[in-house]
This record gives sequence, C-alpha cells and structure tokens, in this order.
Amino acid sequence: MTPFRYTRAVAAGDALRQGGQAGARYLGGGTNLVDLMRETIERPEALVDVTGLFHAIEETADGGLLIGAAATNTAVAEHALVRRRYPLLSRAIVAGASAQIRNMATVGGNLLQRTRCTYFYDNEGSRCNKRRPGEGCDAIGGFNRIHAILGASADCVATHPSDMCVALAALDATVHLGSTRGDRRLPLTDLHRLPGDRPDVETMLEPGELITAIELPPLPLAARSTYRKVRDRASYAFALVSVAAALEVTDGRVRDVRLALGGVAHKPWRAWKAEEALRGQPATEEAFTAAALAELADALPLKDNGFKIELARRTMVAVLGELAGAGA
Amino acid sequence: MIVNGITVSPPADPRVSLLDLLREELHLPGTKKGCNQGACGACTVLVDGERILSCLALAVQYEGREITTIEGLGAPGALHPLQAAFVEHDGFQCGYCTPGQICSAVAMVEEVRRGVPSHVTADLAAEELLLTPEELRERMSGNLCRCGAHNGIVAAITEFAEAGR
Repeated sequence: MTPFRYTRAVAAGDALRQGGQAGARYLGGGTNLVDLMRETIERPEALVDVTGLFHAIEETADGGLLIGAAATNTAVAEHALVRRRYPLLSRAIVAGASAQIRNMATVGGNLLQRTRCTYFYDNEGSRCNKRRPGEGCDAIGGFNRIHAILGASADCVATHPSDMCVALAALDATVHLGSTRGDRRLPLTDLHRLPGDRPDVETMLEPGELITAIELPPLPLAARSTYRKVRDRASYAFALVSVAAALEVTDGRVRDVRLALGGVAHKPWRAWKAEEALRGQPATEEAFTAAALAELADALPLKDNGFKIELARRTMVAVLGELAGAGA
Repeated sequence: MIVNGITVSPPADPRVSLLDLLREELHLPGTKKGCNQGACGACTVLVDGERILSCLALAVQYEGREITTIEGLGAPGALHPLQAAFVEHDGFQCGYCTPGQICSAVAMVEEVRRGVPSHVTADLAAEELLLTPEELRERMSGNLCRCGAHNGIVAAITEFAEAGR
C-alpha cells in the first residue's frame, strides 16, 4: 500500500476543504477502497475519513426519506420506514456482500464502489482502460461471462457491482452533493457514466465533491416492490443479473411501474423503455415479455455473456409476474 | 481504542489494518488472516458489539471504539458458551475459521433479536424474526469453512441461540 495521510473530518466544511486538495480521497467504510489500495490500483495521497458525518435517516417534509451518506448499509436495510415504504431497497442491500461488510460499508461508498471486473483487478497482468487509459481492454477478447450487455463501449465492458444502486435507480432517488464551491443535487440515474472512450471517469462528480445524502421521493407504488438477484451461488456473490421493480396494477392494467437492472451495464440500468412499454398495458406475462424485449433490443453479447440477455428477460418477467400476483 | 477491555493506541502508520494491529502489535493471534481481501470472514471481530472484517478496516478509523476478539470472548477454562458448543458439536476440523465463525455468530444472534432482515427473510414487516436453519446459513454465509464443518457449526450456533432465548 502506498503511504498516505489520514485525517478524520469532524464537520462538513472541514471535510470539503481537505477533500478538495489534490490527491485526496474521501473514506467511508473502506471495504472497497482499502482493498484497491492494497492492490495499488488506488494510490491516494490523503484519506479524509467522513464516517463521522451524516448518519441520520429522516423522513422529509413531503413524506420521502433522506438517508445520510455515512449511514451503514445495515442501518438502511433495517430501518422501519425503508422496510415498509421501500422494501426493494432493503431487499437489494441484504442481497449484497456479507453481514460483516454491510455493517462497515456506507451508502456513499456503496455508490462509488468500483467494478469487480477481474481484468481491472489484475494490476500486473492485464490491460485495462480504467487503470491506464488508452492501453486497451483485455476483457473484450478474454473471459467475459460477467461483463456488460448494455451500454458498453469498444474501450470497456465492465459492470457496476452495486445491488443497492439498482434499487435506488428504480426509486427515482436524488444524490445530494457538497463542495467548497456550493451544493447541488443530481438524479441517481445521472450520477454514473457509461464508459464511452473514458471508462476511467465513472461518475459525474467534480473534483473534491462529496456525496452527503440520498433522497428518496414519496413513492406509494414502492410499497409493492422487490429485488431479485441471480448469481452463481446462493449467497455472497455479485449479480449476473438483478432486477429491482415496483408495480401498481389497477383493474388488471399497469397503472405505474419502476424497473431497473443490475449486473448488465457500467451503471445501474434504469429500464426506461420497458417502463414506457408497460404503462397502460394489461398486467399479463405477454405484456411483461414485450416490455423486457423492448429494453433488451439494444443488448449486445460478448463471447461468453450472451446468456445474460435471456436471463435478464426471464428475470424481469418473473419479478413483474410476482408483483402482479401479489396484488391480485 | 479499547481491545478486550484494555486501552491501546492506534498505530502511527495509517496503513496498518485492524487485523495486523491485533496480530502483530498486540500479539492477539486468535483473529486469523485468511484471504486478507474481505472474502472469507476469518478475521471477523466485534466493534461495539457489531461484527466487521478486521482485514478491510484501517485501524486508525477505529479510534475510540471498543474491539472484542476471540480472546476477549472466552479463555481456556472459562469458555464462552458458543465456544463450548463448538467443542460439543465438532464445529471445526482445522480450526482456522473458528474464531471468525464464533465472533460472527455472537453478533449474528443479536442482529436476529434486533430484527435485522436477511436475504431469506420472507416478511420484511415481521416484528420478530426466527433463526431458522435457512436464516442461520444465509446470515453466516460471510464465514467460509474450507474443511466443510458446516453441520457442526450450524448445530453449535443453533444450541447457543436457543439457550439465549
């Protein structure tokens, strides 16, 4: 691990001043960053520990929820209002990592965790445009069973690893950002970038900008929502494909729907096309299938991951069917 | 920070993990280094009663916190009830994962009492959770056992959890 300075921020202004310095990085639970530093893939000169700030999870005036960026994954998953009003978020969090890691990991860190592409991690032996922009991508011609089918580029086919973010993408969440230049807000679906020709730039964050909170709007249809994760083993594994969904059915028709996919793209993938195709349609397997196919029309398989297209279709149809059945 | 009731200073070098502080500087070798990358659970310790992975923890982040390792749970002649249950039920073969399994399970039982849901919890609104075999296995999935002593581990944890109800 490359030497670094460590400071613990005691207030937001203090954190932003220190985090704005060149070579500095914010530190949450460390479950991803510390590992990457040990591999020397990340080499920050300074770490600003922000785990002492922004813990609260509070109801907002309009009936939504404001989740502090330093709240642990466990704290969010077990919160009574999250379980009652946004069950897909609880389900997504407990589908990820292990209990020990969820106790350490923060919400802000979860948003900013990096891909588990094996070629990205192979610092010594593989080319990776995320690690060294312009050198090439060994995943594209390599073993790419776990890689992206949507939104990938000729420079990067990595996927975003988070489960929590997939639920947040479906929930119309907003990210609160702070910096010495002022605060701003960003829809969560605009926080992460597609790789394009700059896969090393993974988010829209400005240098020194700090995630301070996630805001969930009031969303009554989220009371009937869930998260399904398909992976190589029953627990403690990253998603091959996952689906976060909320569904409102009235008189047999889809009145409203939220749908997002994980494990398929460089960012949590909001299934806008499927949602559009579904609204107003009968809540039938036929309509669910048509919507899933609309979303996957642009999917491009690599050598080893073509199965993900069929898997994503089936998982979307199964989850929507489950939610439709639950309300019948 | 306080480790097993004794006050210790955080390391001067911020690169030192909590795991290396415990083993190399405080000479508490009960906590084990398995993968050193957050995949196996052998390094599980308790921080203010919550289970975490000490290999992914920078020790400096835990200033002011209360750390409990396997040495703090029980000792020869004064075993923790879960240690005794592991002996009784053959919850190990080589024993390398055992301190992590035991620290993890002690906190896991508290999580169930507190109502923290898991991946296999059917009803998120349930006020009271039951530690079914399915729940136990899912909640302990962050602790690998290379010897395959899982049946004994499940039996030991089940006995401990039921005794505490």
